[in-house]
Amino acid sequence: MQAVSKGDGMRGLAVFISDIRNCKSKEAEIKRINKELANIRSKFKGDKALDGYSKKKYVCKLLFIFLLGHDIDFGHMEAVNLLSSNRYTEKQIGYLFISVLVNSNSELIRLINNAIKNDLASRNPTFMCLALHCIANVGSREMGEAFAADIPRILVAGDSMDSVKQSAALCLLRLYKASPDLVPMGEWTARVVHLLNDQHMGVVTAAVSLITCLCKKNPDDFKTCISLAVSRLSRIVSSASTDLQDYTYYFVPAPWLSVKLLRLLQCYPPPEDAAVKGRLVECLETVLNKAQEPPKSKKVQHSNAKNAILFETISLIIHYDSEPNLLVRACNQLGQFLQHRETNLRYLALESMCTLASSEFSHEAVKTHIETVINALKTERDVSVRQRAVDLLYAMCDRSNAPQIVAEMLSYLETADYSIREEIVLKVAILAEKYAVDYTWYVDTILNLIRIAGDYVSEEVWYRVIQIVINRDDVQGYAAKTVFEALQAPACHENLVKVGGYILGEFGNLIAGDPRSSPLIQFNLLHSKFHLCSVPTRALLLSTYIKFVNLFPEVKPTIQDVLRSDSQLRNADVELQQRAVEYLRLSTVASTDILATVLEEMPPFPERESSILAKLKKKKGPSTVTDLEDTKRERSVDVNGGPEPAPASTSAVSTPSPSADLLGLGAAPPAPAGPPPSSGSGGLLVDVFSDSASAVAPLAPGSEDNFARFVCKNNGVLFENQLLQIGLKSEFRQNLGRMFIFYGNKTSTQFLNFTPTLICSDDLQPHLNLQTKPVDPTVEGGAQVQQVVNIECVSDFTEAPVLSIQFRYGGTFQNVSVQLPITLNKFFQPTEMASQDFFQRWKQLSNPQQEVQNIFKAKHPMDTEVTKAKIIGFGSALLEEVDPNPANFVGAGIIHTKTTQIGCLLRLEPNLQAQMYRLTLRTSKEAVSQRLCELLSAQF
Amino acid sequence: MCMRFMLLFSRQGKLRLQKWYLATSDKERKKMVRELMQVVLARKPKMCSFLEWRDLKVVYKRYASLYFCCAIEGQDNELITLELIHRYVELLDKYFGSVCELDIIFNFEKAYFILDEFLMGGDVQDTSKKSVLKAIEQADLLQEGDESPESAVMSEPGLSWL
Repeated sequence: MQAVSKGDGMRGLAVFISDIRNCKSKEAEIKRINKELANIRSKFKGDKALDGYSKKKYVCKLLFIFLLGHDIDFGHMEAVNLLSSNRYTEKQIGYLFISVLVNSNSELIRLINNAIKNDLASRNPTFMCLALHCIANVGSREMGEAFAADIPRILVAGDSMDSVKQSAALCLLRLYKASPDLVPMGEWTARVVHLLNDQHMGVVTAAVSLITCLCKKNPDDFKTCISLAVSRLSRIVSSASTDLQDYTYYFVPAPWLSVKLLRLLQCYPPPEDAAVKGRLVECLETVLNKAQEPPKSKKVQHSNAKNAILFETISLIIHYDSEPNLLVRACNQLGQFLQHRETNLRYLALESMCTLASSEFSHEAVKTHIETVINALKTERDVSVRQRAVDLLYAMCDRSNAPQIVAEMLSYLETADYSIREEIVLKVAILAEKYAVDYTWYVDTILNLIRIAGDYVSEEVWYRVIQIVINRDDVQGYAAKTVFEALQAPACHENLVKVGGYILGEFGNLIAGDPRSSPLIQFNLLHSKFHLCSVPTRALLLSTYIKFVNLFPEVKPTIQDVLRSDSQLRNADVELQQRAVEYLRLSTVASTDILATVLEEMPPFPERESSILAKLKKKKGPSTVTDLEDTKRERSVDVNGGPEPAPASTSAVSTPSPSADLLGLGAAPPAPAGPPPSSGSGGLLVDVFSDSASAVAPLAPGSEDNFARFVCKNNGVLFENQLLQIGLKSEFRQNLGRMFIFYGNKTSTQFLNFTPTLICSDDLQPHLNLQTKPVDPTVEGGAQVQQVVNIECVSDFTEAPVLSIQFRYGGTFQNVSVQLPITLNKFFQPTEMASQDFFQRWKQLSNPQQEVQNIFKAKHPMDTEVTKAKIIGFGSALLEEVDPNPANFVGAGIIHTKTTQIGCLLRLEPNLQAQMYRLTLRTSKEAVSQRLCELLSAQF
Repeated sequence: MCMRFMLLFSRQGKLRLQKWYLATSDKERKKMVRELMQVVLARKPKMCSFLEWRDLKVVYKRYASLYFCCAIEGQDNELITLELIHRYVELLDKYFGSVCELDIIFNFEKAYFILDEFLMGGDVQDTSKKSVLKAIEQADLLQEGDESPESAVMSEPGLSWL
């Protein structure tokens, strides 16, 4: 076969190109090019005026040289000259050169613009199109300024040829995208919308892109295009495969135009007009139906074009997210593609399903494909497809399938491509944390992660596991045992040494009772890894050793010997040397008390957004991850059915359910469990009550409402004004509790002398013990400080403590007081009992002083599920099938105080007709019945 | 739909055509071309035609010795882009008559002209084969008669691709 030279062949150019191709080396090529450049330069500078053909040929050679990757610094003027030639091919080469090689030489731009102006005014459609192409190709601001006003006129002029309209539409689009301010809106815009009805399919195809862009920027001004687009789409979708002649592509009518119309519709919500909407839904259904029909051609082009429309249709269905039927059909269709023999379709199906997974209507349908997706992870030969499968597993993960998905990801990680390992590690870490019901599973998962892909476990991941172990005392012993076992492996990853060193330093005492993990064995195990580790890890281990000195006095001499050795005390690394010297000294001079104070167990970490998630977002680009998480959050709020679907940050139900989201994404996380730390470290605690509250502000307006909201939940925003936000997280166990108060400075200015004070009235003081530490008196702009309050309920109480805050903001003195929602019911422990037991006890508490009853009007809609959630949130057990009337609710629990425990029974009888409730409380103590009845009545 | 750029390059990594639809500095262009060619050339035949690259989606297809490679934005439709490549190949094929890599080397300016008739600013201008080729052939008719088309200088065997 021969290379064909069509049209205006340029012999000299062809010879030059084949010379270049024959060059054996880069040097020879450069030599040939330099010779040619010298030749062209001399021709351009020569006395003899060049004819158009020669000029064209030389300009074309320069262009070729430039496209080979060499710099061109002359010839621009000759190219500009070609623009004003009357010969089309010369003009064309001139424009091509300008498009590829334009520079911002202002003199030149003026000349170019001049030539363009002439061509636009020439009324010769081919010249006009060349000029429009040049503007679109260059697209600079100067050109925009010169022509942005003319092009709309050309676009809508009645006498413009179709081809000119097409070029004008896309040229305008390019300018509008580059500098929207230059394109004047006006009468033309209304007429542009009507190009959707144009007879010429090419004109519609070009115009839709412009209209879509205009719609995105000014959706309200272009609403009329919705119905036009729908009817155009409907005509295409319902046309036979040959109706559109040359616009039919492999038996698919106008695929490009269909895709563009479907994209245009994605600028808007579903059509409001019922008829239009009906017609559109019909179109979407037709596309879905056609996917099931046998193909009209075996060519891949046919199925690609057909599926391009199908995927765009599915995008629109997902965008609307309002037609459950269509969403599920879309999901089924994609499910078929998951097993298609075309890799491209499998890839796209996985990608598209990711977005479906975040719709509440189709999440469950997506989950049914889990086995196929897992299989894809194992068998796909293309890493980019496997990557999509990982993304989809991540998107479809929820509490029900998390253990399976995490296990599969972990096993995939063993063989995964290096390019995606880190991302998988992050995803596993996030899922394991987010859906951990059982924290031993979480610890196992993360340790596995380190074992399998230690090199890809970033600092964020192992920091996070430590934060979680520190904050959850129920997993600390297990964690210590597990890391101890993992460290036995002869070769373990340095990240494991870090985690192990930290955890044993904090919680090694929890397993020291077992002779197999005695203090000395723990120490020897860690120290055997010491010499293999990098400096930062060694530093961490030295800190572990000094913690051991505190935890296990029996190994003190051994550790002192290690610290005293030359390799530590005289280590060349300053950090290590300093630690060795200081720790050795500390272990020698400090009394046990001081040592215990200095090396006290780490306080819980403040809850905040997981740094892992932040890292994943950074890796994946913000949009993808955020969207997914946001949608999921919304859904999880629905599922939990929180008493008030208030702002997400305040929606947690008080029971520390496993559903609570540890990533700080949605519902606020549960506060760390566990008894308050011993207050043995003296001196540091301040008696908050000794400060006479001189200037306590009256309670902030609205604080009563806020107070009531916290009766059935523990976390949320307690108070907020222009300057300050106060958030709470708390947890109670038996008669003890711990509350974290977060003070957020909403301004950009410092708060000075910031003093929060807790005030218990004389009546309250004997019943409730509050202890806290002072906070830093300066709160930087935008910063948040945290205060921990340890709470002890001595005996039952009625009043609530007051939190009074004083600070100086920009010279003015601010004073805020709010009631702190520490209420008697917080010390409730639920009690499950059978119907018989309940009524037996109910009868025992029949003394009139023991019963308190309240009949009241419902203040909120009487919803059974919400009521149940509130009773559980209140702290009592909700007893099912106890009351003979299923409409009633009964509960039971025990109020724990330091001095006594008080059994409580409650019964709530709703009367829907009257919109009333009757609440009955029976406890062994009148005041308790009274108070609980008050608190609970206010909730309905 | 918005294409950022289109590249044609050979299996040996020689760039045959480049079209940029968004202002990009020369240095940056060279870097992107080098990087992307490396990624695409390393892929095996049966692999999927789409890949994520930087913040873009890349759609590519190999015809005989040439790779056609388009970079599109996140929301754009991959399959229709794949067919857009095919339509361009069809246009080249129709114009040159069984096009091969050499046609594009020796008539690079024609390859650009055909592309310009088909795409503008990264968007499809017209999808009809007839309309696009009519525009190009009209241009050829406008040529002057004083040049005799020369015969092909070189030949290279077996490059049919449709």
